[in-house]
Amino acid sequence: MTTDELTDRGAGSALTEAKPILRVEDLKMYFPVKSSGLMRRTIGHVQAVDGVSFQVNAGASLGLVGESGCGKSTTGRLITRLYKPTGGSIDFDGRDIAKLSENDLHPLRRDVQMIFQDPYTSLNPRHTVGSIIGAPLAIHKVVPKNKILSRVQELLEVVGLNPEHYNRYPHEFSGGQRQRIGIARALTLQPKLLVADEPVSALDVSIQAQVINLLQDLQKEFGIAFLFIAHDLAVVRHFCPEIAVMYLGKIVEIADRDTLYQRPHHPYTQALLSAVPDVKQAKVGGRRERIRLEGDVPSPINPPSGCRFRTRCPIAQDICARVEPPLLQVGPTHKVACHFPGEMGKHPEKPITPRLLGVDDSGSADLAAGPATELPTGPGYSDTWFDLKNNTMGKA
Amino acid sequence: MLAYVIRRIFIGVIMLLVMSLVTFVLFFASPVDPAQFACGKNCSPELREQARKSLGYPPRNQGVWESNIKGPANMWADFTKGIVAGRDFPADKEMREAAPQNVVHCSAPCLGYSQYSVKTVNTMVSAAFPITFSIALAAVILWVLFGVLIGVLAAVTKGSFIDRGIVGLSLFAYAFPAFFIGTFLLRYVAIKWGLVSVPSYTPIASGGPAKWAFNLMLPAITLALLYMASYVRMTRAFVLESLTEDYVRTARAKGVSGRVVLFKHALRAALTPLVTMAGLDFASVLGGAIITESIFNFNGLGKLAVSANNNYDLPVMIGIVLMAGAFVILANIIVDILYAFIDPRVRVG
Amino acid sequence: MSTATSSFLSVRDLKVHFPTADGIVKATDGLSFDLEKGKTLGIVGESGSGKSVSSSAILGLHRGSSAQISGEILLDGVDLLQVSDEEMRRRRGLDVSMIFQDPLSAMHPYYTVGNQLMEAYRVHNNVSKKAARVRAIEMLERVGIPQPDRRVDDYPHQFSGGMRQRAMIAMGLINNPGLLIADEPTTALDVTVQAQILDLLQDLQREFDSAIIIITHDLGVVAEMADDVLVMYAGKAVEYGPTKDILVRPEMPYTWGLLSSVPDVAADTSSKLVPIPGNPPSLLNPPTGCAFHPRCPHVAKVPGDLCRTVQPDLVTGRQGLGHLKRCHLADPDTVYANEVLPEFDPVLADELADELTAADSNEKGLQ
Repeated sequence: MTTDELTDRGAGSALTEAKPILRVEDLKMYFPVKSSGLMRRTIGHVQAVDGVSFQVNAGASLGLVGESGCGKSTTGRLITRLYKPTGGSIDFDGRDIAKLSENDLHPLRRDVQMIFQDPYTSLNPRHTVGSIIGAPLAIHKVVPKNKILSRVQELLEVVGLNPEHYNRYPHEFSGGQRQRIGIARALTLQPKLLVADEPVSALDVSIQAQVINLLQDLQKEFGIAFLFIAHDLAVVRHFCPEIAVMYLGKIVEIADRDTLYQRPHHPYTQALLSAVPDVKQAKVGGRRERIRLEGDVPSPINPPSGCRFRTRCPIAQDICARVEPPLLQVGPTHKVACHFPGEMGKHPEKPITPRLLGVDDSGSADLAAGPATELPTGPGYSDTWFDLKNNTMGKA
Repeated sequence: MLAYVIRRIFIGVIMLLVMSLVTFVLFFASPVDPAQFACGKNCSPELREQARKSLGYPPRNQGVWESNIKGPANMWADFTKGIVAGRDFPADKEMREAAPQNVVHCSAPCLGYSQYSVKTVNTMVSAAFPITFSIALAAVILWVLFGVLIGVLAAVTKGSFIDRGIVGLSLFAYAFPAFFIGTFLLRYVAIKWGLVSVPSYTPIASGGPAKWAFNLMLPAITLALLYMASYVRMTRAFVLESLTEDYVRTARAKGVSGRVVLFKHALRAALTPLVTMAGLDFASVLGGAIITESIFNFNGLGKLAVSANNNYDLPVMIGIVLMAGAFVILANIIVDILYAFIDPRVRVG
Repeated sequence: MSTATSSFLSVRDLKVHFPTADGIVKATDGLSFDLEKGKTLGIVGESGSGKSVSSSAILGLHRGSSAQISGEILLDGVDLLQVSDEEMRRRRGLDVSMIFQDPLSAMHPYYTVGNQLMEAYRVHNNVSKKAARVRAIEMLERVGIPQPDRRVDDYPHQFSGGMRQRAMIAMGLINNPGLLIADEPTTALDVTVQAQILDLLQDLQREFDSAIIIITHDLGVVAEMADDVLVMYAGKAVEYGPTKDILVRPEMPYTWGLLSSVPDVAADTSSKLVPIPGNPPSLLNPPTGCAFHPRCPHVAKVPGDLCRTVQPDLVTGRQGLGHLKRCHLADPDTVYANEVLPEFDPVLADELADELTAADSNEKGLQ
């Protein structure tokens, strides 16, 4: 066993031991597209999120990365139930919240909170900071009215603001301070899960680090689980031990951070990582070698058949257009949705999936290949996985 | 696009129907008996009932259901039918059979018959409409043209005394009620100083376009001043806003001259909301410029509405309310279509 | 860096001040730099550091506003601050052009992309619409827009974000200007698209031999694109020199702060980010002495009250002529290698420490 595998194991046990607080299975969100005709028929759907499964353990953090339009923000809004999902389940703390009505969601709102991207528009300019932070306390009647102020001041202190400033208005604060107010508001009800949607991307670089450190301290102190959504790969890597990469509404790769950043197996993850400009390049000069992706992300109304990344994929073959690759577990804490998974430059020449799917190497149905194997599709990791070296399902 | 227009018109028609129904119900909720008015000065209870029957008004004092709901609703149904198919007056069938020589046919779209004026509403409205339309047209041209020009001037001289003067004056004009400006123009400019003759409406057909326009001048100015004040301020605000847009900076960075930046890039974007406003304001003026028409004694829709109201002449009131409503709805549709021409982002597939 | 006379662009002591009711906002306060043809200068700083204001001044975009501008902006030997408004207008887009952060708002929503490119061309070239259209299509093709002869009639909203930025670049380069200013050209774009745009800019620079100023807050972009870096803080340059020197051995605590507060895709995840404490300063009442001193963790290492009272000059650093810094710290290299770097990148710290000792013993050996 190589040292790499050993570290895999180590990271894996940390990821699998704790109890999941959030289990999302086959989550789907289709937004209808209406025709412009007389009757406004629904003529299609924007498949913003299409069959996403993952889990977040209590006190852990999962990062969701991807480019604009990949469905990461929609996923966040589904978890907080700002949208009602088209399909799938969201199991939060032992309860499926995907189909709950607005009224039944009321208690859930205490446990799941959200931090938004824009600290300028997400705070009501006509309310004092004290009333913004205190509002959830009053709505959920968690503390008596006369205790609200002291709790608000406590929270302001926790996020590093002057507790005496509860009477000020949002515009009197800088961007970083406003994001702290947003965080304090989210913390008010001591949530079990925080969905942070691009929490630092609107802030200046020097302020970003302040906010990230604050979030990390809070997580340690209060044991809050995080779903951390961001497009900045470095920030996500810094914050989250486990990361899922999304493309056009699907998770293409999910793994612990060391595996994902050092040995990504999906060509999209590889392209994404190689595209990030690197400060260390200054030493060498010039541009880094990178995988160049051509063109733009296709429309989510009419996604490509088979693998959604195939239209821009440097290693795509016939099978990719015919069959959608399953999100296959290839390591203790590593799943990848690709017919040719492998480290950069070491992708297999033949697809590894045909035997599992009951097709031949070009993706046509093949009786000789035998019936499709039942593949585990749920969230989380199992202790058997597909061994890429032997091309068989293996066990730890 | 066509489907969109049809859908909008369909919704507009439904809105008009609801509007007319509400007008009917409101009218009969009042304690005054409209039949009394229709019957005239020397009225006896018999004559009044005859008037009621002839107009198709619901019976009085038969309980809320009969007098205030069912009656008006039936009347509304007859009215709606008349718009589509035309109808004959008197409304009561027996009365028509008793005196066929007195039957008046009102062809579709029939807006009703005014017992008070002994005319169909259509005749009255079609006499008044060209007058109102002329005033409104002249006024809208004046206020948009000068409002936008002065507004642009204020925007480009922002902060200078020209700008402050324009803003102050427009506030001043805005604060004056129309009857003051109208009365001033009529009393002083026309009568006392004799700078122009006292205007009286002359159709193009009888006096030619020059005379038509000349007579419209004072009423149009009265009406335009009021709107112009707000257009100056809106134009100023919109142009100032669009001058800070990124694409205006891009145009300057390309080396485009200041005049082109202002008119081609900034004003073009600022005009979009102004077109909407102008369309809707024009439509609402078409429903009758009551004060202006009254001051200059132009017998337009506004004056007609006032007299109909004073006389409790329901058919005329309904007719005007519906027309005014139709103008606003139509203007809305036209503005939305115009929008698609102005702003390519609105063009839906 | 070369002397002012031979440079293609030479900015000397540029000041852009905005009078306001509360006092004068010194957005740019004494900025100097040089740029050769075919080279790229990266200007780095936070919002309000004066980086965008300075570049707008090069284009003369503050003309007609209340801004008070002084200093010299020599482009190819001509002082752009001295030419008439009309002359400056003729130079905009022809000698120097600019592309902006958000290509959606930077293009007019009511005109087609082609129309806007043609306008940029016809302002400076007396040609027919037809010829301008041919040129516009040619430029769109050059920046990699597929089917340019059809897309030329599209409106900006019909383009994707990356294509819009390509079209903006096409518009900026349509007159083949000697200087291109790119103000946060990729901030609004996704990483893979950002990579495409940066590739394109470099290709075009090689082809047209233009000078590029790239304004960004992303040190990674600077590292891969720029030959020289200018770090700005509170309207002033605080560190300026060749990219490699500045990013590998920075000597000014603000630059350290920028480097240490940004996580790296390859850095050790157990290390904490080291943020710069506090908030960017007010330009109305900048701090006395060194503008960075209220946020600087190394003030105590400077004897006396120097940081609070005396503004440090922009002087040559320890690495030789090209590297300028504005800081009182006597021995920045050691502080960086021993205190700053280990906190956010221990591996690099070790390397740098080795280098320093090697250099040290070399010096001793020579003696």
